[in-house]
Amino acid sequence: MERKIRVLVAKPGLDGHDRGAKVIARALRDAGMEVVYTGLQQTPQMIVDAALQEDVDVIGLSILSGAHMTLLPKVTQLLHAAGAADVLVVAGGIISDADAEILRREHGIAAVYGPGASTNEIVDFIRRSVKPERFSGAEV
Amino acid sequence: MGLIDQMRAGDRRALARLVTIVENGGDDGRRALAKLYQYTGQAHIIGVTGPPGAGKSTLVNEIALELRRRDASVGILAVDPTSPFTGGAILGDRIRMQPLGHDRSIFVRSMASRGQLGGIARATGDVVKVLDAAGFNAIIVETIGAGQAEVEIAREAHTTVVVEVPGLGDDVQAIKAGILEIADVFVVNKADREDAQKTQRHLQAMLQLGGVPREQWDVPIVMTVATRGEGVAQAVDAIQSHLQHLKAGGYFGERERQRVEREFRMILQGLALGLVQERVGAAQREAMVAQIQTRRIDPYTAAERMLAEALGVGEAR
Ligand SMILES: Nc1nc2c(ncn2[C@@H]2O[C@H](COP(=O)(O)OP(=O)(O)OP(=O)(O)O)[C@@H](O)[C@H]2O)c(=O)[nH]1
Ligand SMILES: [Mg+2]
Repeated sequence: MERKIRVLVAKPGLDGHDRGAKVIARALRDAGMEVVYTGLQQTPQMIVDAALQEDVDVIGLSILSGAHMTLLPKVTQLLHAAGAADVLVVAGGIISDADAEILRREHGIAAVYGPGASTNEIVDFIRRSVKPERFSGAEV
Repeated sequence: MGLIDQMRAGDRRALARLVTIVENGGDDGRRALAKLYQYTGQAHIIGVTGPPGAGKSTLVNEIALELRRRDASVGILAVDPTSPFTGGAILGDRIRMQPLGHDRSIFVRSMASRGQLGGIARATGDVVKVLDAAGFNAIIVETIGAGQAEVEIAREAHTTVVVEVPGLGDDVQAIKAGILEIADVFVVNKADREDAQKTQRHLQAMLQLGGVPREQWDVPIVMTVATRGEGVAQAVDAIQSHLQHLKAGGYFGERERQRVEREFRMILQGLALGLVQERVGAAQREAMVAQIQTRRIDPYTAAERMLAEALGVGEAR
C-alpha cells in the first residue's frame, strides 16, 4: 500500500503572478508529495471545494495581495463548516509578524512563511504535522 | 453509517475519502471495493487521451459542461505522471477545470500515476469504480497519451477519445502509440490553427488504411477549439452515439466480458505471486533467480516449481 501526502497549492486573491506558488509546488513534489495545483485567482470557496474533492492533507496558500487577513481566515472558516478542520493550512507571502501571529492563534493557520523561508523548512513542517491517523481505518 | 452509504446518499466528502482509500490499495482498499462493486456498471466510462498540451483538460472541462446541459452528472479523473525520481507529482489538470467548481453534479479528482504500468490501470480502474458506485452518469478519465499505459487505460473505458493537434509530426504520432487501435472518436483540437485540415485529412487516410472498422463503428473525426467551446457539442454527440452503437450492436456486453475477465486474470496473477512470496523464503527465491541467470534452469520451469512448492503439491501442472 502506498501512502502519499497530498497538498493543494493555490493562490487566492487577485494579484497576478504565481512564481512563488510554483516554486513551492515543485519543492513539495521533489519531496515526494502529490501536489494538486489550481493556479491563480482562487476564491476561498473554490479552494475549499477543490481541497475536499481532492481529499488533501494540506492546503498551501501563496498570497501577496495584502488581503491575507480576510482571505486566509475565510478558508479555515469554510473548512470548519465543512467538517474538515483537520486539513492543515499553511500560508506563504508578505505577511507581517503581527498578522502572522493572529492568523496562527485565532484563525487556525498552522504556519506562516515569509519570502525568505527555505523550502526545506516548509517540507519538514508538513511532514511533521500531517497526522498519520488521517490515513487509516475509517469504516467503509 | 459507513462511508459507502454516506457516499451513496450524496456525501461528497465520503466519496473523496473512499477514492483515497481505494487509490492507496491494501486491505482497506480491497474491503471498500468488495462492498461497492455491486453498485458499479452503470456509468458511461469515457477515456480522453492525447499528447501533452493537446488541450485535453480544456476539452474535458467543455465536454463536462455539455454533458451537464444534457442533464448528465459527471465524475472526472485526471491522471498525471508521477516523477520517477522523487515519487512526487504535480497534478495541474484542475487549472483548466475551474468552471466546474461549484456544480454539485460534477466531481473532479486528480491522481498521480504512481507505480509502473499495470499499476496505473489497476488504480485508475478501481477509482473509476468508486465514481461509478457514487452514481455519476458519465465518468471521464484524462491521461497523457504516451504509449502502453494509455492503451491499458483505454481498455477500461467504453469510449476512448484520442485528442490530436495540428503540427505535431502527425505521421509518427498516430502510428507510434497504437493510437488508431484504441480510438473510438478522434478529436482534432486547436482547430483554430492553420494545419488543422491537414491533420484531419491525415487521420482520415490512416483510418481508411486500417480497413474494416472494429465493431462496425466508423471512427468519427471531430474538429474542436476547446478554448472557445467550438465543436464540443459534436464531440459529445459522437461520444454518445458510440455508446448507443456498442449497445445496439451487442458489442457492449462483449467488451465488458473481456474487461472483467482481464481484470480477474490480473488479480489472480497478483494473488499467485503473493502466495509464492508468502510461502517460499526470499533466499530460495533469490537462489532460483540466480539459477535462471546462469542458465541452469529456464524461467518457465522455475516458475512452475516455485508455484508447486507454494501450493505444497508435486508439480504445478
Ligand atoms: N489555440 C488553442 N489553444 C488551446 C485549445 N485548447 C487548449 N488550448 C491551450 O493549450 C494549452 C494546454 O491546454 P490543456 O487543456 O492544459 O492541455 P492538456 O492536454 O490537458 O495538457 P497536459 O494535461 O499537461 O498534457 C492551454 O494553454 C490551453 O489554453 C484550442 O482549441 N486552441
Ligand atoms: Mg491536462
